[in-house]
Amino acid sequence: MSKEVKNILIVGVGGQGTLLTSRIIAQVAVQMGYDVKISEVHGMAQRGGSVVSQVRYGEKVYSPIIKKGDADVILGFEKIEAARWLSYLKPEGILIVNDERIDPLPVMSGKARYPDDIIDKMKGLVPSTLVVNASDIALKCGDIKVANVVLVGVLSKVMELPIEEVEKAIIAIVPPKYVDLNIKAFHEGLKLV
Amino acid sequence: MKRLMLGNEAIARGAYEAGATVAAAYPGTPSSEILSSFAKYEGVYAEWSPNEKVALEVGAGASVGGARTLVAMKHVGVNVAADPLYTLSYIGVNGGLVLVSADDPGMYSSQNEQDNRGYGRFAKIPVLEPSDSQEARDFTKFAFFLSEEFDTPVILRTTTRLSHSQTLVEEGEREEIALKEYKKDAAKYVMLPGYARLRHVEVEKRMARLKEYVETTPLNRIEWGDKSLGIITSGIPYQYVKEVLPTASVLKLGITNPLPEKLIREFAEKVERLIVVEELEPVIEEQVKALGIKVEGKNLFSVIGEYSPELIEEKIKGTEIRNAGDLSSAVPARPPLMCPGCPHRGVFYTLRKKKLVVTGDIGCYTLGALSPLDAMDTCLCMGASIGMALGMEKARGREFAQKTVAVIGDSTFVHSGITALIDVVYNKGISTVLILDNDTTAMTGHQEHPATGFTIKNEPTYKLDLPTLVKAVGVEHIRIVDPLNLAQLEQVLDEELSRKAPSVIITKRPCVLLKKYQQDTATRYFVDDEACTGCKQCIRVGCTGVYFDDDAKKARINLKTCVACGLCPQVCKFDAIKVMEG
Repeated sequence: MSKEVKNILIVGVGGQGTLLTSRIIAQVAVQMGYDVKISEVHGMAQRGGSVVSQVRYGEKVYSPIIKKGDADVILGFEKIEAARWLSYLKPEGILIVNDERIDPLPVMSGKARYPDDIIDKMKGLVPSTLVVNASDIALKCGDIKVANVVLVGVLSKVMELPIEEVEKAIIAIVPPKYVDLNIKAFHEGLKLV
Repeated sequence: MKRLMLGNEAIARGAYEAGATVAAAYPGTPSSEILSSFAKYEGVYAEWSPNEKVALEVGAGASVGGARTLVAMKHVGVNVAADPLYTLSYIGVNGGLVLVSADDPGMYSSQNEQDNRGYGRFAKIPVLEPSDSQEARDFTKFAFFLSEEFDTPVILRTTTRLSHSQTLVEEGEREEIALKEYKKDAAKYVMLPGYARLRHVEVEKRMARLKEYVETTPLNRIEWGDKSLGIITSGIPYQYVKEVLPTASVLKLGITNPLPEKLIREFAEKVERLIVVEELEPVIEEQVKALGIKVEGKNLFSVIGEYSPELIEEKIKGTEIRNAGDLSSAVPARPPLMCPGCPHRGVFYTLRKKKLVVTGDIGCYTLGALSPLDAMDTCLCMGASIGMALGMEKARGREFAQKTVAVIGDSTFVHSGITALIDVVYNKGISTVLILDNDTTAMTGHQEHPATGFTIKNEPTYKLDLPTLVKAVGVEHIRIVDPLNLAQLEQVLDEELSRKAPSVIITKRPCVLLKKYQQDTATRYFVDDEACTGCKQCIRVGCTGVYFDDDAKKARINLKTCVACGLCPQVCKFDAIKVMEG
């Protein structure tokens, strides 16, 4: 077992299902015998605001939140949210961005522009930035709502989590009637890396 | 096997294992999951109370009645419950009583960031501060013991970060605690001045005994390390300290009221540099200073906002952050906003259009204050909208009142709006009050309340009828409208505002996130480019379902988010938003 604490920052827009993703990853870490902490956002930000959930696992974890500059991986469910939280990523960290654009209020109302070049800017700082399109894959699986589990697949591959442990975690967390759909989405996500 | 649990779930678990049989709360972020988790256990009574004061009074009654009792609320909820709390300190308990105060440093979902450890000092009640979910469970169990041992209510103080983090918890079995005998004891339970004077003496004796007790309790402990730096800390900041200063000596306080003087002196004497790391107010620091000990704290750290590991590292070690880069200033802000299909949107669009003065209240609808709706003038605390509208009328006259509305949600109205409405009628105001009835307590996660007709355990119960209630306090003009029917809403508003009498308009439509909301999945809208002039009127509803295409200079419907509520077609003057055929 790795003694070193792993730090995963999952960011997105309230309502995108970041909580489910962080809970599945955390459950995998629990199954593997690690100490685990997750920090979540509830309340007002869940109404379409910028949300972040943080997963930390290792032999012993103290803080439930990741120190700025300490995230091994940032998984952005939305492009500008990934950019917003980039300062939390280690210099050699991995950045995964879902190619999804959700306009925030200032953009919708024309008070600000959505930065179209944001992916390029991120690639400028993190050349290895991995861009995926989880929504399209989710639609192909049959339901756009499983985009978050497609991203679990991407993250599992990057973090080298055992496939059978992730499947076990999905079965433990997802309601029984949606298990098959979610397992399928997970496997599609694995293929993206 | 250990299980991941939210701090809030762990508190509920601890109370369950301690044999608590009664629990009461009013929902409020970050406290809400405590009661909803507790209510899932078999063989316990749990309730959503109409407000926090009632919750604590129900708790006080259950405790006097002999049951171990849990009461939970957010930090500002304790203000509502402060009246019973201060005197409950005198009465003490029969069955143990634990009050959870969930504070919100950083104001993730609150109107202020008061530090409720102050209540412990003022009301002379012990305060416990867990630092992870395991301690949340352990300390809650311990708090019931402490409560009964010292005949006192106990405050368990959490913060958002503790309540909403999940960490591993080792669970135990529930202890079946027999109901304590109830004996009439007026000198203890009836706080007439003559009895209260005697009880105050008991309170001071209790605090003196507690001061001795906290010197040796295992909840306060020294973790010796390098003695060049000593940190006194409690709660979540303890975890940050351990994260970034792993070699420092630490005095970890599990009980922060009263403080262990001798233990603090012993620790302070042996370390070279002493720093208190505590979020918000210098509650510990000032008391350490009062002991004549040289200590740092708020000279380094702010009383404002939530702390973080990097903040502690920076302030104490002076380390600079190394990271992959920073693009936070290159992206637009993303404030929270009402959901697509939210019934509140129609109300605030109309209030803005009519340029009314709006005294607001606490709930999802407080988002009506944000651009582009910009339709709220005040928001103070739960229930304040109606009293403030009346106050404005008394200050500025009736003409002003005819351009003013109070806006309050159904749950908030039941919580503490009703008494102000009584005031409006009693003192001859002419306020127009809008009760936004979405059939739930939405912002905190859709809890039931007296006007939904269901209990916390989802059992059907008497459904408080708002029109009947409003009529009973003396309001003669009561209107019920659909908030997404803009023409009707505007007409009713005009009629009621012009009236020289109090009136209540109930805008009735369930929260779009509720299962009982019948979503129209068949209808799809689109923007007819021929008709759209690019005037952006539809953008002013502030909905993610409709956006402006800068290149085409036309409005667009976002089919991923639009729920076809039909609001934006009503505001379009050119009928450009049309229903897709087939």
